[in-house]
Amino acid sequence: MNPSTPVLELRDVRKTYRLPRGQKLKAVDGISLRVMPGEMLGLVGESGCGKSTLGRCMLRLDDVSSGQVLFEGRDITTLSERKLRPLRPGMQMVFQNSTAALNPCRRIGDLLAEPLRVHPAPDGRRRTSATITARLHELMALVGLPASALARYPHAFSGGQRQRINIARALALSPRLVVADEPVSALDVSVQAQIVNLFADLRARLGLTYVFVAHDLAVVRQISTRVAVMYLGAIVECGETDAVLHAPAHPYTAALTAAVPRPVVGAAPAMLLRGDVPSPVNRPAGCRFHTRCPQAQARCGVEEPLLRAIRPGHEAACHYPLGGEHRKV
Amino acid sequence: MPADRMPLLDVRNLCVSVPANGGMIRLVENVSFCVDEAEIVGLVGESGSGKSVTAMALMGLIDSPGVQVRGSARFRGQELVGMAPRALRALRGRDIAMIFQDPMTAFTPVYTIGWQIDEQIRAHERLSRRAARARTVQLLAEMGVPDPARTAQRYPHQLSGGLRQRAMIAMALSCNPTLLIADEPTTALDVTVQAQILELLRGLRHSHGSSVLLITHDMGVVAQTCARTLVLYSGRMAESGPTSTLFARPAHPYTAALLDSIPPLDGPRPPRLPAIAGLPPTPRERPAGCAFGPRCAHVHATCLPAPPALASIGPGQQAACVLPAEGTPLPPRATAQATRP
Repeated sequence: MNPSTPVLELRDVRKTYRLPRGQKLKAVDGISLRVMPGEMLGLVGESGCGKSTLGRCMLRLDDVSSGQVLFEGRDITTLSERKLRPLRPGMQMVFQNSTAALNPCRRIGDLLAEPLRVHPAPDGRRRTSATITARLHELMALVGLPASALARYPHAFSGGQRQRINIARALALSPRLVVADEPVSALDVSVQAQIVNLFADLRARLGLTYVFVAHDLAVVRQISTRVAVMYLGAIVECGETDAVLHAPAHPYTAALTAAVPRPVVGAAPAMLLRGDVPSPVNRPAGCRFHTRCPQAQARCGVEEPLLRAIRPGHEAACHYPLGGEHRKV
Repeated sequence: MPADRMPLLDVRNLCVSVPANGGMIRLVENVSFCVDEAEIVGLVGESGSGKSVTAMALMGLIDSPGVQVRGSARFRGQELVGMAPRALRALRGRDIAMIFQDPMTAFTPVYTIGWQIDEQIRAHERLSRRAARARTVQLLAEMGVPDPARTAQRYPHQLSGGLRQRAMIAMALSCNPTLLIADEPTTALDVTVQAQILELLRGLRHSHGSSVLLITHDMGVVAQTCARTLVLYSGRMAESGPTSTLFARPAHPYTAALLDSIPPLDGPRPPRLPAIAGLPPTPRERPAGCAFGPRCAHVHATCLPAPPALASIGPGQQAACVLPAEGTPLPPRATAQATRP
């Protein structure tokens, strides 16, 4: 494949849910995004910002309302399930709730073998049971579990081990793209570090492209090369991880990073934002963030800022980006 | 602490056991700590470390059959362990209040927020409905709830997570408790809202003179909120001390490893996180020696026969580890994370 073709491209993707009384919830509100091969994109934002919905739309687990989804240059927006199935091995998902994602009545070996039985091998032939068994052992070694785990049921494992099993299942068909929705947020810190390291190792060994949906900025920083910050269904800032987190251009990103309590005694507690995220059903006119923005000016309540380049490779949707000459002191 | 001053809450050798397979399993083993007036104390540990069980035992809220709570917990000199249910009920809500992690399940969905806070006030004080509602509205306003009179008339499901948690704190504070036990009060919230709630908790010391026992798994929350911290591991105390000392010079390898495994948001990004291998043992399979032994980088023969006793390390700092006594204490932590942009 041409290395300059994005593994995943979104063009003005929208996902709208119809609510009673003619109301509409715009969960994803016009997002365009490219994920290049080998990239690890972190998708961050607060609950209800649409990051999980977007993650599901990327893999056509949810249909989009409008816009286009391209996987390796091919438009998959309206492909039928039957035409989509041969593409599925290339794109896989890891879910947040490791318990709910595994059928409690089936052994791990059976759960992991299913995708290998459903999908033919790359040469078009069905996999033999010997190849499947060999692959299962390979997968267990890959995620750091003993082969004896294959004969056991999901309940016999801890949260961290179950997440390893979920990762193994996602990797069974050697995907090029893995979308992970909050893969470590349900885990304790010491176990979370193990899984974060596992993702980094797997990328180095298998050359994967990842999209991480997460709310924990420190985890995203450890795992991602690029970060997209979402607020109320739209990307408000996108760029290289450390550029976005350490020199944010959008006031929301600045508030988000400042609000994370640092594990350092004496660090000044920062609380820049008042109030809660507005409902996505009645999102504010103009800039979607202006109701909570400490820098908001009259123009922000009227005119919606578009995502534009602030610096090369760094975009923000703000009329008065931080660090620019318009900054209000 | 001087012996003549009585702490607000003095917990000594608290043990909680539940029956299983014909024997008793100790969920919490010999936990001791105190909370002073207007002080915020952190109780940290991973899931299953016994932090919530400790809090529930203090409040007399564990009612599973056959549970045994041993040891002592004195609140202003009054013994809470084994207190008559009636006396405990008078204390609970009025002098000691609790905030739960999930405000959605802690409120009943069939009554309005205001009704539930009124009820708590009227259960402890003789007040008319009207006066109780006036207090409720005032409390909600103090917690930063916009349009408190109307919010009081709404049902829990009509409020956002942040507002529900504020209403929960308002309810907990309705009778001006001297001790507030907050069990993971911000875990279900987004960071920007978490920052607001933590600010609120810090302010309670001055506005209401309340002490807070803050249960959390987030070392960032501890660093920014608690004066002193207690680290639990597998139902036992690993370490306790002033938060600043614990973060700069942890004496227990578990505290040190826990702090190291947090991915840094500032400063250089390590290629790999120093994760702790393995898992915490369940109370059933806790080893005879140090519970952290199987995962500890410094484990050796003296750790194995019996759990190390809590030893005093420095001013106010205690750790259940043999290393300091053997003259090989852990080095102070590098302060790579101390910079903030």
